[in-house]
Parts: sequence; C-alpha cells; structure tokens
Amino acid sequence: MATVTSAVPEPEAAERLRRYYARRHVYGRIGVYGAAIFAALACAGPFVWSTITGTKLNADLYDAQNNPFFYNQPPTLDHVAYLFTSTAFPTFAWNTLWVGLVVVVITLVLGVPAAYSIARLNRPWSGPMGIAIFFVYLVPPSLLFLSLSRIVVWLGLQDSTWSLVVIYPTITVPVSTWLLIGFLKALPRDIEEQAMVDGYSRMGAFLRTVVPLLFPGIVAVVVFAFTLTASEFIYALSFVSPTSEKVVSTGIPTELIRGDVFFWQSLQASNVLIAVPIAFVFNLFLARFISGFTMGAVKG
Amino acid sequence: MAEAAIDESPRTARAIARTRLADRDGFLAWIFLVPTVVYVIALVAVPFFLAIAFAFSDVTSGDPSYDWAGLTNFRRVFNDAVFWQSLQNTFVFTIVSMLLIVVLGKVLANILVADFRGKWIVRFLALLPWTTPVALSTVTWLWLLHSIYSPIDWVLRNLGLIGDNVYWLGRPTTAMISIIAVHVWRLVPLAAVIIMVGILSIPNDINEAARIDGAGFWRRMFEITIPLTSPLIAVSALFGAIFTFTDIAVVQVLTGGKPGNSTHVLASWSYIRGIGGGDIGQGAVIALFLFPLLLAAAVLILRAVRRMETI
Repeated sequence: MATVTSAVPEPEAAERLRRYYARRHVYGRIGVYGAAIFAALACAGPFVWSTITGTKLNADLYDAQNNPFFYNQPPTLDHVAYLFTSTAFPTFAWNTLWVGLVVVVITLVLGVPAAYSIARLNRPWSGPMGIAIFFVYLVPPSLLFLSLSRIVVWLGLQDSTWSLVVIYPTITVPVSTWLLIGFLKALPRDIEEQAMVDGYSRMGAFLRTVVPLLFPGIVAVVVFAFTLTASEFIYALSFVSPTSEKVVSTGIPTELIRGDVFFWQSLQASNVLIAVPIAFVFNLFLARFISGFTMGAVKG
Repeated sequence: MAEAAIDESPRTARAIARTRLADRDGFLAWIFLVPTVVYVIALVAVPFFLAIAFAFSDVTSGDPSYDWAGLTNFRRVFNDAVFWQSLQNTFVFTIVSMLLIVVLGKVLANILVADFRGKWIVRFLALLPWTTPVALSTVTWLWLLHSIYSPIDWVLRNLGLIGDNVYWLGRPTTAMISIIAVHVWRLVPLAAVIIMVGILSIPNDINEAARIDGAGFWRRMFEITIPLTSPLIAVSALFGAIFTFTDIAVVQVLTGGKPGNSTHVLASWSYIRGIGGGDIGQGAVIALFLFPLLLAAAVLILRAVRRMETI
C-alpha cells in the first residue's frame, strides 16, 4: 500500500498494481453483495419462511422430519382463505385501519399547530416546550397502562375500540410534533414573511404557505403515526377484550387459536399480509423520517 | 386568555396597531399549543401521577374506591421473589440486547449505506422486523421456537449439532436467550437507520482524503466513521435500551413469563398483577420502577442529540 505514494512506477509494476487493485475491487464487490444478501436474509428470513408456511398443507407442516423451509407437498391457499372467511381477521384489520386513520387525523389537528407554535412563533418557552414534548415521547405505555385503564373505565369506554382512539394520540402526538418541528425548521422563514408582507395575516400565511409546503412532511407523519398505532400492543391488550372490538396486534396472537392450538398457517399468512404493506410504505418515507428526527434536534 | 397572552416583546407597538387576533403571534402561539398541552396533561401527566397515587392505595379492578394503604403494596411487592427475578431479568435483557443491537446495528448500517444494485429491496427487507407490529412478528417466532416443529431445531438436528429438540421456550435459560434474540432482531433495523443518519452526514471529502492518504477500510472505520458518528451510536444504544426496557409484547407473547415466572420483566409482571390479577396498586408499584432509569436514558439521549449539532 505504501507504493501508492511512490513516484511514477515501472510499466510492469504499474500493471501489477492495476491488477492488484482490480482484484481487490472484485473481492470488495463480492463482499458487499454477500453482506447485503446475508443482512436481508437475517432480517426478512422469518417472513419468507412465514410465506411458505402459510401456504403449506397440514400434513406437510405437522411432520417434524419435513424440510421446514420448502414445500414437501403441493402448496395450498386454503389457510389464507380460511383467515378471511372463518376467522375474525377481517374485523381486526378493519378496526386497525379505522382506528389508525382517526388517530392520524387527531394527531395532525393537534400536532401541526403545536409544532408551528414551537418552531416558528418564537416564544420564550419554545425551547423548553420542545424538550418537554421529547420527554413525553419517551414516557412508555408500560408505565401508564394501569392508570389509563382506570381512566378508560371512568370514560365508559372499556371493551370498546373507541378507547384506543382516545388514548393512542398520547403515543403519536409527541413524536409527530417532534418530527414536524424538524420539518418546519427546514422550511425557509422568508416564504411566510413574504406572504405576510403581501397582506396575509400570520394565520393566513400559516394556512396558505406553510401547510402546503409542509405537505411532504405531513405525509411522512401520517405514515409514521399509523405504523405506531398498528404496532401498539399493551393498551389494546389492557382495554379491549371482546373479539369484535380487537385490533390486529392483539386479535391475531389471542384469537387465531382453538384450545391451545394456533391456526399456524393462517397466523403466518396474516403476519405477512400485515407486515409487507406497512414496511413498503414506510420504506418510501425512510429518508424523510431520518431528516425529520435530526432536524428537530437542531436549534433553528 | 387572549388578554393574558398579549405579546409583550419589543414588537408590541406594532402588534397593537393590528387589531386582528390572527396576527398576534403570542395569541396564536398559545391557541396553537393549548389543545396539545391540555391533551398531554390529561392523558399522560394525570395518569402518571395517578399511577403514583395508585401505588399507595388498595385500588383493585373489583373495588375501585380509593383508600390510602401507605406502603403495604411496596411491602407485598418486595416480599415476592418474582419481582426481584423480573427486576434482574429486565436489566439482563436490556444490557445484553443493547450491546448486541448497537454492534449489529452498526454492521447493518454499514451494509445499507454501501453502494450496490438492489439497495431498495435490501432496505425494505431489512426494515421488516421493525415496522411489523411487534406482537405479530413475535407470534411468528413462537413457531420458529416451537417445541416439536421448530425449524431452527430442524437445522441443528440435521447438522448433527443436537440430538433432541432444544425446547427453547421450555427452559429458563433458553427462554431468556430466545427473548433477547427476538428483541435484538426487531430493534437492530431501528439502530441501523439511526446510525445510517450519522454515516451519511459525514462529508465525503474526509473519507476521500483519508483514502488518498492510504487509509484502508478498517482504519477509516475506526478513526473516522466511528468517532464522528459516536453521538448517533449513543442515541441508537439508548433507544434500543428504552424499547427493550419498557417492552411487554415480546415477553407476553413469547413466554408469558413461563416457565414458572422465570422470564418476567417489570412491565409484564406489572401487567400480570395489575390487569391479570386486578391488583392495580401492586401493578403500579412494579411499573414505577421503570421511571428513574427512563429519565436517565432520556437525559442522555438529549445530550447526545445536542452534541450532534457540533458536527
């Protein structure tokens, strides 16, 4: 390697060096692709395997000698059909969907103005308030679920999916506000100042210039907040027990079971059906989450 | 409300000239923030203090009337061996998971920022464990660790490494290893994404300059990348710790504390006592033990994030 710094090398030495670097480049590429494939398998292997298992015949699955990573008998979609026709899975999926959407709306209605207030309106308490929001984000459900379960009872919402609509924004609002503060700090101030010079009030400038420019960030927050509500477990487990009111994250582990035997294939299929769309949409916005999280921390 | 919030900054003279409320920053700042603050106080701050109050009460789900019970709950919790076991488990889970999450997260982050074809699909696959609802992915692992049909055991059997199945979830040690493995698998992508932010923010010319000076991959890794991304590595470590520390889903779904209450953590034991057994007071005492450590972690995260600005 020290040769790199030497003066012009002899022709054959140069050729040797060129080969050496070409070889090293090829090995480097092989290494990179090998590592990438290994990482993908380590992370997504269980999902690939779930897909195979979800379409296996009973006789194929319940034989400890059969290769668990491949079909030993023809695949079947019966268990996937069973999931949709004979279990409460469609109910769970629907509950997760509408709870998620309502929570997202509540989150935006609360979070966007709050973030604007903290990021832009320059009150003396803006800084501490931003930090307070961050701390609220770190208060975990496992600390609050007992007292919230009593509050849900007082509100008369126990065993109703509406309890989740009321409580889930405690998870989504702080983190979304934090993200939105980051996105807002990335927007140039001149734009709304120009709008105000042009005669809009502060409120008008907010609604007509800031909100439209913030739209990409808002979409990212929608995805993030929805993912959080879909993943939530402990509140859903503590507040809601009737089958018809459950969401995916509690319904699937507790209801797709007869006696103490899980409907394994249906269960694995449902896992893939839920996981893939969420990860797909999430991946589209990955870069934006990253910029949001870091920008929120930078004093603007 | 409006009067109390009138702008008192030097711009007051100008603000008074305008009569429309919509133009008063001070008023708007409050109006925009108040709904969120009220909501957070009502459903985060109040429950938090309620949890403290419950810890000193005899409230149960059957008899929700509040009676002061002093330290009775604390005594009963401390006299229970399961509590000490779950406290110990919580620490073991958190520390072991955190170390593994950071190391593997760093490795995964390096892979994800490398330049290769099909990067999008690899990122998508690598994110799956984190974006999937935790209860669902954990149920998948239930079967991967099944006593009879475990594919992991099948591989080990066919490699001749084990004679009989390991029975992962049936023995305390292997059950704990399983829980840690699932936590690590689930949180490594999050750590990788956080560390990726750091790697991508290093200006390219630093690495180029080092490369021209003859620094190899490992040299650049340990003398440029790791020092420059250390604040974000710290953030990913602390997030990993917090999410493991407070998580209940993995333990609840994977083992439910079994075999024989040996794998409970504070959160799951609090759930068993508070919701399962209906003894809200005891559950609250157990959950409160999460708080001091969370506060410490939050302060550390904030300091690490602040330090990032200087890069």
